[in-house]
Amino acid sequence: MSEQLKVKTMQEFMAEGKQPEILFWVGSAGSFDDRAKKISRAFVKLLNKANVDFAVLGTEESSTGDVAKRAGNEFLFQMQAMMNIELLNGYEIKRIVTCDPHSFNTLKNEYPSLGGNYDVLHHTQYLKELIDNGRLTITGDGYKGKRITFHDPCYLGRANSVFDAPRELLAKTNAELVEMKRHKKAALCCGAGGAQMFKEPEKGDMDVNVLRTKGALETNPNIIATGCPYCNTMMTDGIKAYEKEDSVTVLDVAEVLANSQGL
Amino acid sequence: MEYLPNIIFAVALILGIGFFARNVKKLSRNIKLGKDVDVSDNKSKRWKNMARIALGQTKMVVRPIAGIMHVIVYVGFIIINIEVLEIILDGLFGTHRLFSPLGSIYDFLIGSFEVLALLVIVAVVVFWIRRNIIRIQRFIKPEMKGWPKTDGNMILYIEFVLMILFLTMNAADFQLQQLGAEHYHEAGAFPVSQFIVPILDGLSESSLILVERTAWWLHILGILAFLNYLYYSKHLHILLAFPNTYYGKVKPQGQFNNLESVTKEVKLMMDPDADPYAAPAEQDTGEPEKFGASDVMDLNWVQLLNAYTCTECGRCTSECPANQTGKKLSPRKIMMDTRDRLEEVGKIMDANKGEFVSDGKQLLNDYITPEELWACTTCNACVQACPVSIDPLSIIVEMRRYLVMEQSAAPTELNNMMSNIENNGAPWPYNQMDRLNWVNE
Ligand code: HEM
Ligand code: SF4
Ligand code: SF4
Repeated sequence: MSEQLKVKTMQEFMAEGKQPEILFWVGSAGSFDDRAKKISRAFVKLLNKANVDFAVLGTEESSTGDVAKRAGNEFLFQMQAMMNIELLNGYEIKRIVTCDPHSFNTLKNEYPSLGGNYDVLHHTQYLKELIDNGRLTITGDGYKGKRITFHDPCYLGRANSVFDAPRELLAKTNAELVEMKRHKKAALCCGAGGAQMFKEPEKGDMDVNVLRTKGALETNPNIIATGCPYCNTMMTDGIKAYEKEDSVTVLDVAEVLANSQGL
Repeated sequence: MEYLPNIIFAVALILGIGFFARNVKKLSRNIKLGKDVDVSDNKSKRWKNMARIALGQTKMVVRPIAGIMHVIVYVGFIIINIEVLEIILDGLFGTHRLFSPLGSIYDFLIGSFEVLALLVIVAVVVFWIRRNIIRIQRFIKPEMKGWPKTDGNMILYIEFVLMILFLTMNAADFQLQQLGAEHYHEAGAFPVSQFIVPILDGLSESSLILVERTAWWLHILGILAFLNYLYYSKHLHILLAFPNTYYGKVKPQGQFNNLESVTKEVKLMMDPDADPYAAPAEQDTGEPEKFGASDVMDLNWVQLLNAYTCTECGRCTSECPANQTGKKLSPRKIMMDTRDRLEEVGKIMDANKGEFVSDGKQLLNDYITPEELWACTTCNACVQACPVSIDPLSIIVEMRRYLVMEQSAAPTELNNMMSNIENNGAPWPYNQMDRLNWVNE
């Protein structure tokens, strides 16, 4: 167990009669997946460092229903969405930040017509805002000389046109950013989307994550950075397929920032 | 007898345009088989998209060679059609080069048409080489066998022949003008066709007239034939690219529609005051609403317009992660299947006085298999790649909805994932009460 993180739930805020600045939507992966939990922790370390008054829903949080929707189960999606909206509206939530582009996309785009209207940000956008406002400073040259390539998550990049925030954050560490041949709007999927994460792939001659990792490795990176827990898993598996675990690491942008500050 | 050519011409014109109008009617009826969808929003953004993407060809040039060649064919085609107007009027009135009083402007126009015609010939040859000699990957996928392949080449032959006829006509005309033949007064500039003239050297005046008239007639009949070929071809895109880019998706690509029929039911289920025995509203209007799509009538009309607009260029498929890794899914095939099935439905209606009678087939399984549908990562690469704003992903999702909500036919692992969400609010079998444990680990 490492140093104590400061995390308060909405219930605690309510008990104190206060409103948080933001709600951190942790998401199912960020709550339960061993690798993704580390991303949640890294993001919270940065929030703590910037003294952000944030809340989580804790045990009241439930799946956004996103993956059910992509799988075609509109019923389950809307059930989850309406339940979550009831909770969020009850707490009068205004601003939501999440590390998961899938939650980001559905909360931002698909919840409004069901009655959930919030200002939704991806954590890279929010971290950039903190830096721009001078609340968070990134210093040091720990990453100088390191080559980082950023893999655009489909639901952050192509789907919602967020391309710059993660790249600007990575640049703050003075690392050397190298682009893959297919990046930004033309980025290749990691293979996890559309509920593929939860099933075996159909018959083919290769796995999508291996193909994407090939593209990433062509840039000779030290680090493959991404902004999605599912991409993270897929790229990590891809690195294993190429037996490059010793020379290349897969990190979330929040982890790169937290590491660079020795958090 | 003097007016015979004019009459024959008028009849050909009426027949050509008449058949075309019949096809347009059929096309519009078939598209309207789709469900209604509200596209009245974002008007100015829609006009801008049409101007940029269709008129301005912005997404074509993402692939520079194909893009630039296409811009030539496209501009050439539109501009040369100004000449077709003159050809039609000449044909009807028996005049020769009716617009020639425009003088130097006319010379400039005819000169430019000739240069464009030459460029179009070059572009068409490049297209042909890419398809048949270099055999670019995206043109030789499994769904391109048979008619789609023939169609792809046929178009190029038609364009090629039309341009050659145009230039031959001009060359013969030029020669006749030089010879001072009656009716062929001097008009126009012939920067390209003057190089064809030597081939015609030594032909008598009457042979030249024969060449000129033959080329003239074949050119205009060719255009009328081409007009009627459109409906059976991926070349319908030259018309439909415009409305299709207007009606294309204007929301963020990641935003899928929320099914309203589901919203109604979910609200009813979640409302503690709702009377569970009250008859659902749908029963008043007949059968309960079907969720998702198993056939073309379940799709909306923009999706059907998409299918008719598809140029079969395969840019979507060549960007698709599933297709790139050898899965059966090809977004282009999704569009081609939708069009083929829609055509089939249309033919059944023609044969049954406008009524659709089930033929025991549907889009799902008979055309598109679940294996294809489940291979999609919903990454939107196909939507991004399409130069005419087609959204294959929306059809895939609509068909998944049918599989899951009407047939409970999701892959087992996905059913497990969904029951986990139902039972513990996460796609994995973890307890919701453990959601905050990550803080202290
Ligand atoms: C109005 C006159 C037009 C003409 C004569 C025309 C002609 C052609 C021809 C000959 C091809 C076949 C190229 C090949 O063999 O690869 C083609 C393909 C295509 N056209 Fe058009 N076109 C027209 C308008 C448009 C418009 C407005 C668009 C909208 C952007 C468009 C989009 C496409 C696309 C996407 C392809 C597939 C070719 C590729 O990606 O390589 N066309 N067109
Ligand atoms: S959204 Fe589906 S069909 Fe389209 S490119 Fe991605 S995986 Fe292929
Ligand atoms: S859907 Fe678009 S990109 Fe795909 S083949 Fe048709 S026109 Fe080309």
